[in-house]
Amino acid sequence: MKYALYTGCTAKESTPELLKSTLEVAKVLGIEIEILEEASCCGASHLQDFDEFLAYVLNARNICLAEKRGLKLVTLCNTCQLMLENTKRKLDSDEEFREKVNEKLKEVGYEYKGTSKVQHFLYAILEDIGLEEISKHVKKPLNSKVAPFYGCHIIRPSKTHDGDNLNENPYKPDAIESLIKVLLGVPVDYESKIKCCGFHVDLQNTELSENLTANALLDANENGAEMIVTPCPLCHLNLDVKQKAAAKKVNKNLKMPVLHLPQLLGLAFGIDKEKLGLNHHIIPL
Amino acid sequence: MEVTFKVYRFNPEFDDKPHYDEYKLEMGEDSVILDALNKIKWEIDGSLSYRRSCRHGICGSCAIKLNGKNVLACKTPIKEAVEQFGNVLIVEPLSKKKEKVIKDLVIDKKDFWDKNAKVKPYLIAEIDEHPTSENLIPPKLVELLEDADYCIACGCCYYTCETIRGGDTEFLGPQALAKTYRFTADVRDEAKKERLELVNELGIGVWDCVKCQGCIEVCPKGVDPFTKITHLHNQIFEEGVAKKNVATKHAEGFVHSIKKHGILDEGMLVLYSEGVNVVRHLPEAIAMFAKGKIKLPWQMPKSKGLDEIQKLIEISQTHELKD
Ligand code: SF4
Ligand code: SF4
Ligand code: FES
Repeated sequence: MKYALYTGCTAKESTPELLKSTLEVAKVLGIEIEILEEASCCGASHLQDFDEFLAYVLNARNICLAEKRGLKLVTLCNTCQLMLENTKRKLDSDEEFREKVNEKLKEVGYEYKGTSKVQHFLYAILEDIGLEEISKHVKKPLNSKVAPFYGCHIIRPSKTHDGDNLNENPYKPDAIESLIKVLLGVPVDYESKIKCCGFHVDLQNTELSENLTANALLDANENGAEMIVTPCPLCHLNLDVKQKAAAKKVNKNLKMPVLHLPQLLGLAFGIDKEKLGLNHHIIPL
Repeated sequence: MEVTFKVYRFNPEFDDKPHYDEYKLEMGEDSVILDALNKIKWEIDGSLSYRRSCRHGICGSCAIKLNGKNVLACKTPIKEAVEQFGNVLIVEPLSKKKEKVIKDLVIDKKDFWDKNAKVKPYLIAEIDEHPTSENLIPPKLVELLEDADYCIACGCCYYTCETIRGGDTEFLGPQALAKTYRFTADVRDEAKKERLELVNELGIGVWDCVKCQGCIEVCPKGVDPFTKITHLHNQIFEEGVAKKNVATKHAEGFVHSIKKHGILDEGMLVLYSEGVNVVRHLPEAIAMFAKGKIKLPWQMPKSKGLDEIQKLIEISQTHELKD
């Protein structure tokens, strides 16, 4: 198994532990990784606000990089996943638009063909490795109550993710719970697991962002979670780095560790905490 | 098919707090949720209150929350709901906020209608009151509306919106913003600039959408309000009405950063967007720095495809950056 890994910007900057832990876990699962070092930023759902067409063109090129290698494009961030998958859906379904984009791509030597699948790491390992195989690598059962926090862009809109996310029901998702169970942890069920962390309005409406973050953290806490796990580094930034500020806003004292999905896998696989980059977290585990 | 309906009940005149009543019903293969509500009201408990009118997905009055998802009761087959959620179906009002519930599934939608009214949801144009022929527009121009005119004002999107849930009561919300686009994309409308200026405000307008995608997910008419909000963002820049604020700078900052590095310079992006206000992030920045979560300018990685990326930006950008 070999993936073309689209790291996104965050895994190279403010969440270096995400890239680190992904590479460690991939090794255990026998996945070969080729990082798309020539990729550009996906626009993180903000570039499109300035210029939607430009965002499509840049992401079409990103997908071409995986196509050229004949590999599946795997993402580590919910928002990257949505941006890339939106681009793929649009280009695959609208021939006229694809031609317009390809006209631009031609100038730098690419042609978008639509041959690569675009999948988040969470769903890629479920599809390619499978729960049974994953369970074989568990050396240190989690034995903890873990609250999954999905983040918006990996479950909605389901018409975009349809199929590639193994037909998840965005109101009753199951992928992270199924992983927590094979890692021998106990998934916590709570309303906020499918809600928004507020990341994308953090600059222009900090209060709203902090409210949403605090809601999610309190809900997980009240339902007995010992830690949260998320497949999105942006949710991670809000829930971990901004936890103190959000908790202060609602007059609570919180110390909820927030793990990246590969870190959770890595812990259960018995990988060293340092190698998983847990030392980079603001709220320690 | 036997299905259990757990229905939210609350009569503020008599009840201190809401409760759920359970009804086990035998429903036909082709029944919709509204059939079940009718059955409860007509055969079991006449006191159940809910709204309905057209039964054809046109009037928008029967919108309710089904296992957490806002839907039209008359357009949702029970069979489909059971496949999605199992055979215990939880039926609730669009909003469970105490001050909103009038009775059971009926809520006061004043906030929603007020916002709809605020965006002047009608065509503004000088028209000849005695035309000699129809005012035809070519299909290509109608396509620009992208089905925004299909909205039936059911409120499914508004009451699922995470910006509203997070406490931003001023935010116009997905329906009113999609409605705004319905007219800014209409070549006959003469108030495009005025409309764009209205939604260009922080707080009430497009910049406070948290991008949760909830409105796309629930809209029973396929209006896709979020994408309309994106189009409004683009129109604001294209028409030159963008004010300089943290949100517009943030959007523009992406282009600057990608041009320079191919990827984002996260720290510089925040600095660029916030200006002097950036000091408010200092406590978090220090904590992040201590944990190795900040790249200093000389450590900033660059994409290996920077030349290609720069060229693509040069030839694909559809309008100019201000600074
Ligand atoms: S995408 Fe924006 S407008 Fe739509 S529901 Fe979410 S926050 Fe509201
Ligand atoms: S946009 Fe869709 S969900 Fe929102 S009010 Fe209109 S029809 Fe209902
Ligand atoms: S009764 Fe009119 S939309 Fe359902």
